[in-house]
Amino acid sequence: MTTELEDLLRQLAPQVLGVLVRRYSRFDACEDAVQEALLAASLQWREDGLPDSPKSWLITVASRKLTDQWRSDEARRRRETLAAAQQPPAAAEADDRDDTLELLFLCCHPDLSPSSQVALTLRAVGGLTTGQIARAFMVPEATMGQRISRAKQKIKSTGIPEPEWARRLPVVLHVLYLIFNEGYTASTGPDLHSVELTGEAIRLTRTVHALLPDDGEVAGLLALMLLTDARRPARTTKDGELVPLAEQDRSLWDTAEIAEGTRLVDDAMARFPIGPYQLQAAVAALHDAAGTPAATDWPQILVLYRILARLQPNPMVTLNHAVALSMVEGPAAGLAMLATLDGDSRLAEHHRLEAVRAHLLEMAGDGAAARAAYLRAAKRTSSTPEQRYLEAKAGRLKP
Amino acid sequence: MKYLLIMNVNPATMAALTDEEREQIGHGHQAFMDTITGTGELIVTQALADPSNTVVVKSEGGAQVVTDGPYIEAKEFMGGFYLVECENQERAVELAKLIPDTGFEGFGVEVRPVMFSAGLEM
Repeated sequence: MTTELEDLLRQLAPQVLGVLVRRYSRFDACEDAVQEALLAASLQWREDGLPDSPKSWLITVASRKLTDQWRSDEARRRRETLAAAQQPPAAAEADDRDDTLELLFLCCHPDLSPSSQVALTLRAVGGLTTGQIARAFMVPEATMGQRISRAKQKIKSTGIPEPEWARRLPVVLHVLYLIFNEGYTASTGPDLHSVELTGEAIRLTRTVHALLPDDGEVAGLLALMLLTDARRPARTTKDGELVPLAEQDRSLWDTAEIAEGTRLVDDAMARFPIGPYQLQAAVAALHDAAGTPAATDWPQILVLYRILARLQPNPMVTLNHAVALSMVEGPAAGLAMLATLDGDSRLAEHHRLEAVRAHLLEMAGDGAAARAAYLRAAKRTSSTPEQRYLEAKAGRLKP
Repeated sequence: MKYLLIMNVNPATMAALTDEEREQIGHGHQAFMDTITGTGELIVTQALADPSNTVVVKSEGGAQVVTDGPYIEAKEFMGGFYLVECENQERAVELAKLIPDTGFEGFGVEVRPVMFSAGLEM
């Protein structure tokens, strides 16, 4: 399929699904029908060109698939079939509303596990096929199909009451963040059929930002993604080895993404209440603004982590806070802060605590202790590139 | 996260099971497979033949040799495995508890995280 056509279909998928769900309620049946309509469109439009109104075409075809399915489904009561069959043909004025947001909120149902929320979001809102999602997450298609269909069945309700929206937005943002992170940290090979999850996450977050332009955290998340994604060309070598931030070739960073991300976060922080995504984006912007590691504005980063630690205290924030503190006040201060995490069960088995400790011990000039900490971290990680990196760091130090 | 749930089986213990217990384990595995297929957590599962069918290929004195029998002298052997993908270690342990073997003395399921090719920025 041509990319242009594929992009158009993926853009229309959530809108068409939104209309159907509004009209017929049953989410999982509607979702199946939309997938069939998308498939029909990709075949027919490539042959005959685009219809006058692609969206209406898809709504009509998907509605027909749905009623056909209900007619053939003997378990459905006649009443329902009649009601569905009597629906007026796709009326343009009722279909102008953009339901993307509502769909996102549906897919991020609190009863679903994060991995189900992610899979369902990519399929229902992202318009990806089950096969594409399965390949992106490196699991068998049958497994992913099962995950998605179970998630769909769980979503019985449609329409979310207004008060629920504010509560659910953080879940939506977290799911988008997870999708981005999966794409950013997974080094999949040059698979032509694999979907670029970082690009997909940015695309979906842009959509949410366009629909909720006055939400500072949505803007903050989009900025964080852009400012992080900008560094992607520099974060691995050709052999897939990890390159830490301080050693990256900064000329490879994407300046357009940095400019856009920085504008977004500056604007959000000036206009809206501050929040964790904006703060993390602001830190990323400071890193991206530095032409060399030495030029990094650590005092400003330290201020941001102090605010973040008050707003959203968690062990990962403490780890980063300790690094910033070391850069400003010296490694002893950072190591003292890390020591507060030693009894934290959430980090007890996590390699990041030892990796950061090793880094600070090395800064403090205690090579033997640093080496031991690097090796402990290498043992604990499940990530191959990270393990190689940590072992190499240890190898450079004397026992 | 992907985890390999390794079923360790002692052939002597296995042989000592009553027919009823054996059936119970068989049904338990079927139910477990149905469960994790349903949740979309199963990636692949295999049961392995008795260790008496094992040969080992290794290097001795600069030459590759093939010998009969398991690699390690032990009472327990890997009797099979489930490769699953689940939320976290806690859930992996929860799944291991659903494997019927873990309800019998003399069997044990090892929960091993799988190395992945991703890395965070440092």
